[in-house]
Amino acid sequence: MSLTLSDEQRALQETAADFLAAHTNARKEADADAELWSRIVELGWAAVQVPEDFDGLGLGPVELALLMEEMGRRLVRTPFLGNVVLAQTALLQAGTTEAQQGALAALAYGERTATLILGPGLDAEPASLSVKARRDGEGWVLAGEAAQVLDDGLLTHAYVAARIEEAPGVALFALAADAAGLTRTPLDVFDLTRPQARWTFADVRVGAEARVDDPARVLAGLARTRVLAALQLAAEQVGGAAQCLQLAVDYTKERVQFGKPVASFQAVKHRVAEMMVRMETARSTVRGVAAQVAQGAQGNGLDDAALAAEVAAARVQATEAYRYCAQEAIQLHGGVGFTWEYDPQLHFKRAQWASQWFGPTRDWREALAAHLLDAA
Amino acid sequence: MNEQEFRQEVADWMATHLTGRFACLKHRGGPGDEEAYPALRKEWEQALAAGGWVGLGWPKAHGGRDLPLALQLAFHEEYVRAGGPGRIGHIGETLMAPTLIALGTPAQQARFLPGIREGREYWAQGYSEPGAGSDLAAITTRCWQDEDGRWRLQGQKVWTSLAHESDWVFVIARSTPGSVGREGLSFLLVPLDQSGVDIHPIRQMTGEAEFNSVFFDGAVTEADCIVGKPGEGWKVAMALLGFERGVSTLGQQMHFIHELQLVVDVARANGAARDPAIRQRIADAWVGLQGLRYNGLRMLEEDTSSTTVRPEALIYKYAWSNWHRELGQLAMDVIGLAGDVRSDDDAVRRLQQVFFFSRADTIYAGTNEIQLNIIAERGLGMPRA
Repeated sequence: MSLTLSDEQRALQETAADFLAAHTNARKEADADAELWSRIVELGWAAVQVPEDFDGLGLGPVELALLMEEMGRRLVRTPFLGNVVLAQTALLQAGTTEAQQGALAALAYGERTATLILGPGLDAEPASLSVKARRDGEGWVLAGEAAQVLDDGLLTHAYVAARIEEAPGVALFALAADAAGLTRTPLDVFDLTRPQARWTFADVRVGAEARVDDPARVLAGLARTRVLAALQLAAEQVGGAAQCLQLAVDYTKERVQFGKPVASFQAVKHRVAEMMVRMETARSTVRGVAAQVAQGAQGNGLDDAALAAEVAAARVQATEAYRYCAQEAIQLHGGVGFTWEYDPQLHFKRAQWASQWFGPTRDWREALAAHLLDAA
Repeated sequence: MNEQEFRQEVADWMATHLTGRFACLKHRGGPGDEEAYPALRKEWEQALAAGGWVGLGWPKAHGGRDLPLALQLAFHEEYVRAGGPGRIGHIGETLMAPTLIALGTPAQQARFLPGIREGREYWAQGYSEPGAGSDLAAITTRCWQDEDGRWRLQGQKVWTSLAHESDWVFVIARSTPGSVGREGLSFLLVPLDQSGVDIHPIRQMTGEAEFNSVFFDGAVTEADCIVGKPGEGWKVAMALLGFERGVSTLGQQMHFIHELQLVVDVARANGAARDPAIRQRIADAWVGLQGLRYNGLRMLEEDTSSTTVRPEALIYKYAWSNWHRELGQLAMDVIGLAGDVRSDDDAVRRLQQVFFFSRADTIYAGTNEIQLNIIAERGLGMPRA
């Protein structure tokens, strides 16, 4: 395992950083989103983790994490998280080969833009799934409601995990976003960079081919999807935390009080130093875990329990670091930190958003505690 | 050499040697437990030396093995995994020796390196003074040369770990009268067994005495016992701190893993493992340990851009010392009421030592406050006041 980036990885990171610094849409009207998303697709970022067998770039979690970190830094508003980190991963982990052949390239190159629907906050526990599927001749009928779905209006499809009567009790369906019987109601969210909608399924009928999971892999595959996606979210959180630190450093160097830049005051230095400690620690862990997952793809990886534990560490650190850095960035900006015009508030909202999706840190900690304390 | 084979070799050696009369040393010694079997631990150092385990990173020309960092780290990990006792020779091996190899004369290297490598001569560090703690450059200990060229010292050093078990001390002292700050200092090598040196143990809050005050009252050392030129002492002193390189620090992560496992064992035994608040904190301790681990791995990797700041190295001391202090508090909260009483149980006693001794972790080798200043100024370019 190596935490050092290769020249190619470094180049990807720099390209992403430069591109996003010039093209971020966090403060633009929503009609800028489609344009940015198509540019990102053109750059090939949505193809990063798709295997070469499916016409993707065949790179892995390390490259994906670099992109997520840079997108987190700029609070980019695109379907990337839902489409790449969630939908593609679910298809890779739980889908049949036919479904993968049919959809991975489409998801990678913009013909299809999807999100993933699991339980609340992307909980993968079967009991948490709020959409139910029942047999309807050859096909299926989906009914229920998903209260908060990652949906920025650019979607063409969704992958929906639904509860079914027969074993294994869960199935994954591919569904057009304009399917008859489906109502998408945009929600009035605080974090405008992560749009959400309520999806109501009033007996949505789909054909047999809509079921895309491999029943033998669906439960473990969706659980693994959540864990792998949480690692990528942690990378995004690290990027956001890094930006908060940068904003705080830049602002305090510039802001003069008592005849000196406030950055020269020890009380201020200690706060930014603490931000750096937490952010860089989380960055080390995210990079290290991503490198281990990449190694695992070559056949010498962690088992599911060990992977979940490693990701839990990354997830807890990144969540705490982002929330801390966002909060401190507001404080260190003083009065303007509380205004709409300055960026810390955007990160503060994103940090809060990110702390609750994929399960709050107390759940990750409790899972770790069970792993450490309750083993026979 | 293949790392797995090397690890096995270390593990095998430890299994066959940390037995018999050395068996009582398992998991003993080190900060917080330095009073444990000092004489026997020196014999253990000699056994280690005979086994070829001292000076792993030194160049072969100086009797070392010139092993890469990854294998040095592997040794530390396997050593601790096997319960290897705290190293009483580490100041000589990891601080004095690399400094002499880089900056000493051939005569100094020939005189001092064999004693360190063979576990015959032990070293202490004479930097801090009562008036020079975080502000190290405020040193007032003086040194001057007699007519025959021999150096003499007058003054007091403090927090000198293991001086009472050491043969030599390296000292920074003011050789240019009237100089201030980093100018006019010299780096001297001084024998401790002489009438001009008086060593007073300092009793710590733990009850033990691992540190000392060392008084120099006309203490003497030979003319050639100076590293660098007179007046270059600050440069040498800082170079010495740079040689630490984190390898032995990273080895300590294995101690931390061991200590966290002791906390888990106690929690499972006394029922604290069922307390939801304790469960969250134990999980947090493990999370923090992973952070230290990945940060350490990042630190050890080849630096492809050596001119840039290494954030993971800058934050490391602050991160581990605060983590360790938290672990100590967690351990005592897990132990509960019984923590008030010095335990006969090896595991509980170790955790009690962690609780108290870790209060020093965030003070020595740069306090938390100094560490945060360094991170802000070097890592983030925040201006000096």
